[in-house]
Amino acid sequence: MPETLPENSVGLVTPQTYTFDEPLVLASGRSLDHYELVVETYGELNAQKSNAVLICHALSGNHHAAGYHSMDDHKPGWWDAYIGPNKPMDTNKFFIVSLNNIGGCHGSTGPQTLNPATGKPWGADFPNLRVRDWVHSQARLADKLGIEKWAAVVGGSLGGMQAMRWALEYPDRIQHCVVIASAMRLTAQNIAFNHAAREAILTDPDFHGGNYQQNDTLPIRGLSTARVIAHLTYLSDDGMDKKFGRDLRSGSFQQGSEDLVEFQIESYLRYQADSFSKVFDANTYVLMTRALDYFDLAREYNNDPVAALKNALCKFLIISFTSDWRFSPERSKQMVNALIRADKDVVYGKVNSQFGHDAFLIPNQQRYWDLFNRYMKKIEVND
Amino acid sequence: MRIDHTIIESWVKPNSRVLDLGCGDGSLLKSLHERKNIHGYGIEINSENILRSIENGINVIEQDLDKGLSDYDDQSFDTVVMSQTIQTMQYPDLVLHEMLRIGRQCIVTFPNFGHWKARWHLVINGKMPVSDLLPYEWYNTPNIHFCTFRDFETLCEAHNLTTLNREVIGSGAIGSALQKFHPNLFGVTALYRLTK
Repeated sequence: MPETLPENSVGLVTPQTYTFDEPLVLASGRSLDHYELVVETYGELNAQKSNAVLICHALSGNHHAAGYHSMDDHKPGWWDAYIGPNKPMDTNKFFIVSLNNIGGCHGSTGPQTLNPATGKPWGADFPNLRVRDWVHSQARLADKLGIEKWAAVVGGSLGGMQAMRWALEYPDRIQHCVVIASAMRLTAQNIAFNHAAREAILTDPDFHGGNYQQNDTLPIRGLSTARVIAHLTYLSDDGMDKKFGRDLRSGSFQQGSEDLVEFQIESYLRYQADSFSKVFDANTYVLMTRALDYFDLAREYNNDPVAALKNALCKFLIISFTSDWRFSPERSKQMVNALIRADKDVVYGKVNSQFGHDAFLIPNQQRYWDLFNRYMKKIEVND
Repeated sequence: MRIDHTIIESWVKPNSRVLDLGCGDGSLLKSLHERKNIHGYGIEINSENILRSIENGINVIEQDLDKGLSDYDDQSFDTVVMSQTIQTMQYPDLVLHEMLRIGRQCIVTFPNFGHWKARWHLVINGKMPVSDLLPYEWYNTPNIHFCTFRDFETLCEAHNLTTLNREVIGSGAIGSALQKFHPNLFGVTALYRLTK
């Protein structure tokens, strides 16, 4: 918990709820007649409304990207290291908007909220979502905020996919597209990991086909296991070894002893999974991993990413991390190559990092900071 | 503006597509964009250069040229430039081939190892030349494949490459005058425009 707020923090922030009553037709064909989005903003919107930056969150993220909700918070928002005064997403320059996507479990309309048609929580009946549904809901949010064009749409991982989708769906409304540790679509291996995580949830006896709220249960074990599976794919072999090695949390290998040993890595994963399963919703997890699996930037363009990206009008910054094996640098390079073929402006940086896929969230990585910072500094916002 | 950049600029068609291999701080692409309205991409591996290229507002791609250029399509650029970099390549001849596969023409510039100062240094001191032109010791130089103008021309001939233009830059007024009479001895930097 911070006794005083760090100087380069956006400080104390309060989420706002925005209500939308115009039906949102989803890619699935169903529609949400009414929905709410929980939003945080940092910095000030300028008079020309030309300095707005949209942050799109990844799988387990939400609207709380920077700052603290209260002086009792033990940690800041999930991207605090890179959002704030004089940080790459500089709040002295930009007005930053971060939201919890629909389908989320941190206040925006999702499986936990009440379905107005039944008066019960949506649960398993919440509509399937695609990345484009989030992008459309974000465009409505931009309308509400009076933002005609984002100076940048920025996202890591699943957030990067939203940023890419923005570039194709609303080419006139985005000036820069920043895609970090992401890919134009998942590989079979990515989908396999998501499948394993979902299986853990779906087979938990407390899941009740997704209607656990009505049954007064929570599929804690399934969600924890799903989180462990996902977490493993976010870390790198080298990084885990440096941080945990084969260190023991308890027990010993002494011969003649039958005591079970617990490795530090086991204890860490268990702790992370436990805390995650208390704050995250299993239905949201299933829904968001499916959106990830379905995402394919070029599907409607004859599977030709060049044809897809020709529709973009913005400039691109693509960043990858060397030890990210979930979305490896090669996946980013595929996007860069397609952008070059499509004759689009693109900057690509590959950051040496041991932090695996998680690297985009990890503070104090100078190279990542420099690339991100210099690029964002070059963005012109006229007032 | 650097004299070699001025010469390169005169060889690049307006509104064309340019790939700069080893683009450094991006200043060549920046001026080509400003003065000739080209659409360009630079490839660079040095992290500080990449940041300066971003500041110069050019498209810079972090990539190791020694790992090949197979990502780039045949004849997808009008001009492929490699300025003061070919001598650092593991396989300069393969790079040259790749440049002319990707581009309709290529422009190569490199320091001349046949310059009299380099020759003088080796003859008199019996040591590899270290000078303001070549400020490295043999063991830490990034320049692993030095050649003279004559060597380079032999390579081009052997591979049936057509030289469209050659320019030689001397050092100082005397060097500039003398290089016309014996470029391989008095030229510091050579610029070639090649096609297949």
